Amino acid sequence: MKALCVVIGLATVMASSLPVLAASDPPPGAASCSGCHSGGATGSSVSRLNGRDAGEIATAMAGFRDGSLPATVMNRIAKGFSDDELRAMAAWLAAQK
Amino acid sequence: MSRRKFCSASAAAAVTALVSPLPALAQSAARIVVIGGGFGGASCARALKQIDPKLQVTLVEPNRTFIACPFSNNVVAGLRSLEQQKFGYDKVAASGITVVALEATTINAAARTVGLADGTSLAYDRLVLSPGIELRFDALSGYDEAAAAKMPHAWKAGEQTLLLRKQLEAMDDGGLVVIAAPANPFRCPPGPYERACLIAHYLKTRKPRSKLIILDAKDTFSKQRLFQNAWKELYPGMIEWISLSQGGKVNAVDPATNTLITDFGNHTAQVANVIPPQRAGRIAAIAGATDNTGWCAIDPVTFESRSAPNIHVIGDACLAGAMPKSAFSANAQAKTCANAIATLVAGGSPAAPKLINTCYSLAAPDYGISIAGVYHPKNGSLADVEGAGGVSPLEASRDFRAREADYAQSWFATITAEVFG
Ligand SMILES: Cc1cc2nc3c(=O)[nH]c(=O)nc-3n(C[C@H](O)[C@H](O)[C@H](O)COP(=O)(O)OP(=O)(O)OC[C@H]3O[C@@H](n4cnc5c(N)ncnc54)[C@H](O)[C@@H]3O)c2cc1C
Repeated sequence: MKALCVVIGLATVMASSLPVLAASDPPPGAASCSGCHSGGATGSSVSRLNGRDAGEIATAMAGFRDGSLPATVMNRIAKGFSDDELRAMAAWLAAQK
Repeated sequence: MSRRKFCSASAAAAVTALVSPLPALAQSAARIVVIGGGFGGASCARALKQIDPKLQVTLVEPNRTFIACPFSNNVVAGLRSLEQQKFGYDKVAASGITVVALEATTINAAARTVGLADGTSLAYDRLVLSPGIELRFDALSGYDEAAAAKMPHAWKAGEQTLLLRKQLEAMDDGGLVVIAAPANPFRCPPGPYERACLIAHYLKTRKPRSKLIILDAKDTFSKQRLFQNAWKELYPGMIEWISLSQGGKVNAVDPATNTLITDFGNHTAQVANVIPPQRAGRIAAIAGATDNTGWCAIDPVTFESRSAPNIHVIGDACLAGAMPKSAFSANAQAKTCANAIATLVAGGSPAAPKLINTCYSLAAPDYGISIAGVYHPKNGSLADVEGAGGVSPLEASRDFRAREADYAQSWFATITAEVFG
């Protein structure tokens, strides 16, 4: 929970430097995730991200990116994002219903 | 309260002390018309309504049932029914979107109106075009709509998909199947090669003495080494690929004899699958959004047309730099465009996005391969984020390939649920 608050805190600090109205937009990359990661309950083999702990998502993405967590496709995708971007995406996904 | 409403309400509250309040009512009544209820258009309409339920969103699509192209190669190969590719618009309408079952025929960009096939018109503040592709029946000598009834393209799913399947079923063991693949850019860059694999899968199990030739107008193609490895491993001796430099470019066809004509000779096929060059769906040209390539140049942040103000183009119809023409891209672009439009109509300026594409192909039902990319606006277009993306490993276990095939199935279920409900 502490980790989650830190993440959200960070995301807020980052967002505040952006134009005011853009603060409500999903952070870069986040809108694409729902192409594979269902928001609803399906029998999908791909994990659900919405509402999941932000720290967990960010840690997994960092693991995919440095290769410490095995992946088929997420390793290739995670490499496109900085630490700050991964944290902002994780916080946004965690806040989705 | 929706996310955007909550966020923009607090954002507005934060600035009220400094500047005058935003014109909240005028913003939320904005009229957005979306033309095309496929992967891009239906995604965009739903995303707009989700971001701000007060937006008046109208989706214009003449077909009451959408037939999806992804996985349609499985239908060609007899591994899936066309019924499994069909989706309706009931849930789209139930989410508060006005669905108009008519073709859009004219656009008056100055008056901001869309004319419909029944003579009525719709007014818009922002227009989104996602009309997909039009086949260029003027680009390949001898190939017109009548020829397509003999030499199917099956590049728009439906009757054409079933026609190609029936021809394969009717073919003798020992027959020759020829696929003609076009030059870039075109809908679904790995599509012709996935199709070759799945047709070979059908031939291997039903008509093992048959052969398949791909006549290509290119020297390289998407996921090339992965496909070529799969051909060797799964269908040895069955698939021959003839590249542009080897004389693969088809210049003309003769539907009377099922012959494909190249500079280097003729190929007479039992089954000829001719995938012709393409351009943006016709309405994009009517809107003044196409350039001399036949496709639509866009701003990479908002997907607004470079030539037609207040008109946004997403999906196959637009030129999105390094992003391929895929259903995944169309869906990702739709959500980015919806966010940008909601921000624009609220008087804000959209921040630079990042977009992702993941595209799976099946070399066999339990053998999947993929390509992925992350894209960002750069020099006025969408460019690969360096160091990210790429294809599945060349050396991988069959278990890995099976997992990618499984993810491909999951992807289709998830994306169609997001798009059509
Ligand atoms: C064989 C094959 C396999 C494929 N496999 C994959 C895959 O595995 N993964 C993947 O991501 N992509 C795949 N694709 C690509 C995918 O189908 C397209 O990229 C995607 O459909 C593009 O979406 P779109 O919204 O641009 O167009 P479409 O989905 O084609 O939607 C366009 C819609 O606009 C409507 N329309 C057109 N003109 C008008 C008008 N004037 N008025 C009203 N409505 C209009 C049409 O009726 C249509 O419903 C495949 C394609 C093919 C051919």
